Amino acid sequence: MTLTTTPSPTELPIAPPADPLAQAIADVEGLPEPTPELATDQPVKTKELVIVNWSGELDKVWPVLILSSTAAASGVRCKVFVTFWGLLPFVKDQKRIVGDNWMQKMLTLMQRPGIDHLKLSKMNFLGMGPWMMGSLRKQYNVASPRELLEAANALGVEFIPCQMTMDMFGLKREDLIDEMGEPAGAATAIEIMTEADASLFI
Amino acid sequence: MTLQITTQVDARGLSCPMPIVKTAQAIKTIASGDLIEVLATDAGSVKDFAAWSRTTGNDLVEQSVDGSVYRFVLRRK
Repeated sequence: MTLTTTPSPTELPIAPPADPLAQAIADVEGLPEPTPELATDQPVKTKELVIVNWSGELDKVWPVLILSSTAAASGVRCKVFVTFWGLLPFVKDQKRIVGDNWMQKMLTLMQRPGIDHLKLSKMNFLGMGPWMMGSLRKQYNVASPRELLEAANALGVEFIPCQMTMDMFGLKREDLIDEMGEPAGAATAIEIMTEADASLFI
Repeated sequence: MTLQITTQVDARGLSCPMPIVKTAQAIKTIASGDLIEVLATDAGSVKDFAAWSRTTGNDLVEQSVDGSVYRFVLRRK
């Protein structure tokens, strides 16, 4: 081991007088390079699925609930914009006829609202179709729309009711199930659809 | 070496998508790195658990079939 002696301050070479321009260049060059790795180090954006639930029929609400709950279960953020006929399944169970005027009341008189009273888009046969579908569902142990809706809510699927449809149908916020989010309009639907990785209109 | 299973999901008899939904709920109750075992009879679950593992990043450590019962072991990310 060799001993090293530190030179006393007086022995240090005197720095040449600083050139302001050279100093400025050195300062800039001395800056660390912008690191492109930083961009890739950012957390990966959560994938997002948006479904517009429009039809409100059993054979269409079912896949909406299956896909939305599975998306949420897969770590995919899922928002469901609920509009037009699609709103009726999300009316509270205890509500039978909703709306203020007779035309609005006719809607829910003709089409009973609630998640347990969905009609088929084809082969409805005055309710025989849905009854048979329910029977097959039980036979093959398939989750009902109600069970799937509960799962979707538990997994954090966001349901957004359409304010315009609510107004036109005479539906108030308290007519809809508590899990529904804040009502919104078409601009919100467009925003979430264009920001999502996939969007469906069912 | 036997795997140390932390929790189990019995999804036998359940149809799509409930085996995945129940697994997603159960895996939240275990710590990262711990293992969950799933039993299912839905034939679609073979493809579905592989896909779910890829989407979520939870590793599919082991899978087997015994008659009509499929068994999956996943490790929480």
